[in-house]
Amino acid sequence: MGALTKAELAEHLHIELGLSKREAKSMVETFFEEIRGCLRENEQVKLSGFGNFDLRDKRERPGRNPKTGEEIPISARRVVTFRPGQKLKGRVEEFDGPLEP
Amino acid sequence: MTKSELIEQIAMRQPELSVKEVEAAVRIILDDITDALAEGGRVEIRGFGSFSLHYREPRVGRNPKTGDPVELTGKFVPHFKPGKELREQVNASRALGY
Repeated sequence: MGALTKAELAEHLHIELGLSKREAKSMVETFFEEIRGCLRENEQVKLSGFGNFDLRDKRERPGRNPKTGEEIPISARRVVTFRPGQKLKGRVEEFDGPLEP
Repeated sequence: MTKSELIEQIAMRQPELSVKEVEAAVRIILDDITDALAEGGRVEIRGFGSFSLHYREPRVGRNPKTGDPVELTGKFVPHFKPGKELREQVNASRALGY
């Protein structure tokens, strides 16, 4: 079983809701674009049951080039973190492995 | 932004769909991602990021009230890795003063 992608999500919307293929594809694109747009404006996204996408501002910190061992600072940056909600965590805990390679 | 605000935003951009249809579509997308992870699968959304499972080793925890040790079994937890586009856009917005 391969990874779930936008194409499969759109196909499912087409079958399940009777949206045209074009509408379904556009719906999936818009869904992820809206979340990304919100995060780009530094606004948290809270999807109850699923989880929250949060933003964190990180200060500059010392780092190292793992290949050469050379010291180079890791610049200050903003990162997205995901905190899964109770429902998603609960569903995933039912899985008892092993993961596909 | 909450789920209902997300639904409103999408509905504004998809005038050919009713709010009910958008609501149903959002539920299906989130349920599909949840189901894929619950079966041990991965989710790869180009331009956005990927969802996968990370394993947490079994450990001895403590009951926070009594301090008694509790055996915790190993388990899987959901993990999200932002894609390059999302990482770059979010970080660029910092420079713009958002």
